[in-house]
Amino acid sequence: MSTLKLAGLGGWRVERRTVVLVAALVALMLALGLTGLCYGTSWSTPREVFAVLSGAEPSVVIWDWRMPRVLAGLVFGAALGVSGALFQNLTRNPMGSPDVIGLDAGAYTGALVAITVLSGTSAQLAVGSVLGGLVVAATIYLLAFDRGFSGLRLVVIGIAVNAMVTALNSWIVLRADLEVAIAAVGWSAGSLNGVGWDDLGIPFTVIAVLLALMATRSHAMHQASLGDAIAVTTGVGLDRLRLLMVLVGVGCTATVTAVAGPIAFIALAAPQIGRRLAGAAGVPLLPAALTGAVLLQGADLVAQMLLAPVALPVGVVSTAIGGCYLIWLLTKEVGRA
Amino acid sequence: MSARLTARDITLRYGDRVVSTRLSLDVPDGAFTAVVGPNGCGKSTLLRAFVRLLRPDGGHVELDGREVGDYPAKALAKQLGFLPQDPQAPDDIKVRQLVGRGRFPYQSLLALWSKQDEEAVTGAMAAAGVTDLADRPVQELSGGQRQRVWMAMVLAQETPYLLLDEPTSFLDITHQYQLLGLLAKLRDEGRTVIAVLHDINQACRYADHLVAMKDGRVAAEGDPTDVVDAALIKDVFDLPSVIVPDPVTGTPMVVPTLQGE
Repeated sequence: MSTLKLAGLGGWRVERRTVVLVAALVALMLALGLTGLCYGTSWSTPREVFAVLSGAEPSVVIWDWRMPRVLAGLVFGAALGVSGALFQNLTRNPMGSPDVIGLDAGAYTGALVAITVLSGTSAQLAVGSVLGGLVVAATIYLLAFDRGFSGLRLVVIGIAVNAMVTALNSWIVLRADLEVAIAAVGWSAGSLNGVGWDDLGIPFTVIAVLLALMATRSHAMHQASLGDAIAVTTGVGLDRLRLLMVLVGVGCTATVTAVAGPIAFIALAAPQIGRRLAGAAGVPLLPAALTGAVLLQGADLVAQMLLAPVALPVGVVSTAIGGCYLIWLLTKEVGRA
Repeated sequence: MSARLTARDITLRYGDRVVSTRLSLDVPDGAFTAVVGPNGCGKSTLLRAFVRLLRPDGGHVELDGREVGDYPAKALAKQLGFLPQDPQAPDDIKVRQLVGRGRFPYQSLLALWSKQDEEAVTGAMAAAGVTDLADRPVQELSGGQRQRVWMAMVLAQETPYLLLDEPTSFLDITHQYQLLGLLAKLRDEGRTVIAVLHDINQACRYADHLVAMKDGRVAAEGDPTDVVDAALIKDVFDLPSVIVPDPVTGTPMVVPTLQGE
């Protein structure tokens, strides 16, 4: 069978197809990243970019303008992909992603409150987003919990909550001062425009910690996809695992929202695309992360190029791509039912 | 008759719905125990309490004198293997991968897959007769094949106890008897088997210890030959019958006298 055994790594067993896929996605990620560094109102050659990266030649444009944006595209994409994979695992449903069940909208509410009521510093935005996401997650969980945990109930209630929270967001924006409202609306589509180094330190640290934490528990997460009964009787601490998955999932999506606004559909599409490409069982995290990075960085390039020199919010592009994906997913799921 | 696994005066409920009150049962070591009874009598619920999927509301479920709820998750998973009625396979999982999931209690972050895991999986697939299916996706299999794959997964867990909730469902009659034969063989090798069975004649034929349940309580238990009579079947299943010796094994065989309506 097509299995590689990597001795010396504690006997990790990896499907060959997964290894090939991971390598291909990493290569694609780097290629898109390089394109992002080259692209601008004036193209740079890859040679110039490498000169800047190696420190031989300083460049404000490449290092201070383009680099943070590219890194944000890749890291935020990975975070959204993982967040989507976590909630799709939790709900056992390909529709159960944070953007669909209202966690992005909730995080955005938190951020809006931070801007309109408080002064809107980046720390306030971050805390507000995480709190908003957690409040929505808790609300959905309480509404969906009925003598047990049903993924489908949770998704359906999440969609309803999403609609309500989105309405709340519109109301907050309408009530806000004009300047704040304009800023909030521009941001509401989800955008990497104008992201700089200063915006990235804390979010990257938070995301790195959350992803590292989750990586140690991914084996248990896959075991939990066998259903509650087998998960528990083969030794998964299900309650703690679920709590961790919710916290990491909300943490990732809220952190991204705090910086870039609610970027829709990456979390929905990336885990399923990654899963299909990997031919893997369940919804694995690594393909989701890499696919998310490729999707968001790719979408951001398209957003910059489409109406250049006007840069669209990346959320517009990801929504356009994701909308097509959603139609396909729904027809497929309806066909299966 | 010694029993390491015991339930003592347990009350079992789902929310407000009480299934069993002050139920006690000793699971005899190294024996094949069959639990029978009408639908909804609390058989599955009792099994779920043994594997701590359901916490009893009062009373004790103990393994070796220690509350099962007090065991670390993986330590208990090395003792008690459980096959639920309707297990769910993740999308696109292959048979060998699914069977490998039975090794979870033996794995950790630094030791994800060992030679023992490989051997246990190969042995379990052979025992359950699914070796030929190893590289097939589980969702493409028939109900009976799938059931045997799940059985292999539980066997790969290599537990001294096997708790099985209706393991013969979805199987055709040949595979039912093959599975029961496998369980008897595992019992002979020293494992303790507790299975919820629907067919009382199969239960009488294979079980050393029969537990008949009704309305959440144990109506009778013991050697099938000693406990099964027409009165018990009438009481537990509300079915008039005559009991004759099984022509093959001599164990009790229930022949309903109900005809037509």
